[in-house]
Amino acid sequence: MSKPRNLVWRHRKAKAFEYFCIAVTALAVVLLAILVYQASVLGIPWLDMQFIDSFPSRFPEKAGIKSALAGTLWLISLTAMFAIPVGVLAAVYLEEYAPPGRLTQTININIANLAGIPSIVYGILGLAIFVRFFALERSVLAGALTMSLLILPVIIIASKEALRAVPSSLRQAAFAVGATRWQVVRAHVLPAALPGILTGVILAMSRAIGETAPLIMIGALTYVAFVPEGPMDEFTALPIQIFNWTSRPQEEFHELASAGIIVLLGVLLMLNAVAVFIRNRGTR
Amino acid sequence: MENRVILDIDDVCIRYGEDLAVRNVTLPIYENQITAIIGPSGCGKSTLLRSLNRMNDFIHGCSHTGGIALGDMDIYDPATDPVEIRLRIGMVFQRPNPFPKSIYRNIAWGPTINELKGDMDARVENALRRAALWDEVKDRLSDSALNLSGGQQQRLCIARALAMEPEVILMDEPCSALDPVSTARIEDLLFELKENFTIVIVTHNMQQAARVSQYTAFLETGKLIEFGETEDVFTNPKNERTEEYVTGRFG
Amino acid sequence: MVLAVETYSFLQTVPLTDFLFGTQWTPLLVPKSYGVLPLLAGTFMIVVGASLVAIPIGVASALFLSEYASDRAKRTLKPILEVLAGIPTVVYGFFALTYVTPLLKTVFPETQVFNAASAAIVVGIMILPMVASLCDDAFRAVPNSLREGAYSLGATSFEVTTRVVFPAGLSGVLAAFVLAISRAIGETMAVTLAAGATPNLTLNPLESIQTMTAYIVQVSLGDTPAGTLAYQTLFAVAAVLFLITLGLNVLANYVLNRFREVYE
Repeated sequence: MSKPRNLVWRHRKAKAFEYFCIAVTALAVVLLAILVYQASVLGIPWLDMQFIDSFPSRFPEKAGIKSALAGTLWLISLTAMFAIPVGVLAAVYLEEYAPPGRLTQTININIANLAGIPSIVYGILGLAIFVRFFALERSVLAGALTMSLLILPVIIIASKEALRAVPSSLRQAAFAVGATRWQVVRAHVLPAALPGILTGVILAMSRAIGETAPLIMIGALTYVAFVPEGPMDEFTALPIQIFNWTSRPQEEFHELASAGIIVLLGVLLMLNAVAVFIRNRGTR
Repeated sequence: MENRVILDIDDVCIRYGEDLAVRNVTLPIYENQITAIIGPSGCGKSTLLRSLNRMNDFIHGCSHTGGIALGDMDIYDPATDPVEIRLRIGMVFQRPNPFPKSIYRNIAWGPTINELKGDMDARVENALRRAALWDEVKDRLSDSALNLSGGQQQRLCIARALAMEPEVILMDEPCSALDPVSTARIEDLLFELKENFTIVIVTHNMQQAARVSQYTAFLETGKLIEFGETEDVFTNPKNERTEEYVTGRFG
Repeated sequence: MVLAVETYSFLQTVPLTDFLFGTQWTPLLVPKSYGVLPLLAGTFMIVVGASLVAIPIGVASALFLSEYASDRAKRTLKPILEVLAGIPTVVYGFFALTYVTPLLKTVFPETQVFNAASAAIVVGIMILPMVASLCDDAFRAVPNSLREGAYSLGATSFEVTTRVVFPAGLSGVLAAFVLAISRAIGETMAVTLAAGATPNLTLNPLESIQTMTAYIVQVSLGDTPAGTLAYQTLFAVAAVLFLITLGLNVLANYVLNRFREVYE
């Protein structure tokens, strides 16, 4: 046999490539670490009870995120009320009831495609449908409905995957003892898929918390000095407040934005941790 | 026995973490012969086979003691390059695993990356002829290998190993995913290949071992129970566990 | 539907050819002009820049994850990627404006406060986790038996990775690219904050530009009454945005489905 004389060189190339991949991955992680650090370090001195408990203001020392936090809370609660039941039920229908065929497949593909549409397009739809056509004005309700449209595909896709992961032997076993389809779904399939569904729902909600563009589209005010009292009130939200502060030229407002980012990232990180926790318990 | 020993397995133990999968196996592999390794599922026969060309290196937590020598090359010497070992010891796997490329490029892949000299077209044709596949595919060498049938794919994988002109070919239950007709074709092939190559074949099919091999090793729970000429092992076993196994009383 | 109606009435006033091929976009100024090309060019620049950042880094990280990383490294990196993918885009915009732009200024002093490069880099970082995790999925779907087959023929890890795993996962990688590009096109907040609001037919990444998404934000921040032509431009631009991203998503799903059939 002819022995390859290039082996040393080939091994060097292999090692070099491995180190290259490691280095690039490390670089990516470092970049992102810098980002989080940079985005948060400016704001730490501003982070105190006064910041949480004050309304936005023209004077940076007096400004806070009270109305933004309240707005986000309202928005998320309403969004959850609309999007979660609709999304989960749609997923149950598509996975458990819908007759397999061209129509169901088309719906599934369309949902996947909808998940990739930019959020700002949803914002425009919300503006045209909810704000103008249904004349909900710039209310929390209009915001929550728009947000629901946006995260529905995400919830449906995640729930469908969780449902599909339930082994069909479980369904067959339940059918075999004479259960109806709804009994099977309610008593066996849904509980088994629950951790997956919850994880998907939480991730979708955290997406909704961070979204800015669609809220700007429907005209969530950037200066709101009151806490919304009902679904028809005007509102602002945390990411919008951050956007507003960032787009001002003064350095102090950038620091305020940074403090807002800390709060936002803190909330999101907590939600993520909960999701990971549920998923790990679910797989056990 | 006048046959030359080409692979010398000496007191080999293989562990997965804490589990001892192969225990103190000592076994000679004779040149230009077919050696079958048989035994019940989980007896460590595949593990032993994969240790011969260091494919176990890729399995996390797998460790090895004892020596395996290929001629004057110590396979488990840290200074030995596993790539060089695999150039001399080829392998065919349980399920056909052709690359998602054309038939031609499947065969040419190994020689290309190893920059083997010579005419590539001739090398590909030669390998396919030896694997008894040439007549079936010569008009469609640029078709995807994935369009072949299972039996053809497995012969393609054999041809792919042959194109490297190794000294030894390891076969890990090469027929377990195939129908009886394809299996018979591969068994016929093995007879012809033994003229030029040394073959070690793992099989759970005792009839297959009896049909194709000259030597048989019987493993149980990682221990070598019996090794000898195939005829002796099957007709006149020395160990009563071997007898029970080859007569089909367990396994 | 809604998009179509409003776009239609927009096109009643402005001919389609002027909209698609005009090189001036000044709907809010006099003289008004409705050529969408500068916005498309701005978007295009962001996409190219972001891809230059995200695709090489994303693919290399994915190869690390699927081919080289130990189980422990994987268990640490995967959740990090997930968290990073969940960081709101407005945070990335902040990062672009307060960190990347000053950095660019020290290297290229002629950099404008708002510039395409800074936004593109940040959008690249933003889509990086998505590219990495989709490519990782694609590489992981390559059956292990192919890797073993290649190793048994005397290949080194480099050859297995670049000549077996990468080509076998290629369609998944392509789908990831397409989805990433679609994300970059639709990305709004980072480009609004960092790239500026001057529709500008330029190829200089250090100048201020405007993307389609940033234009939409700009208009909606002002008070534009319904029914006016400026209001309708929103829908026309959104329709273009919608069609492009929908087309890319359909393409990505098509590629992905074809690639699944190979192994199942």
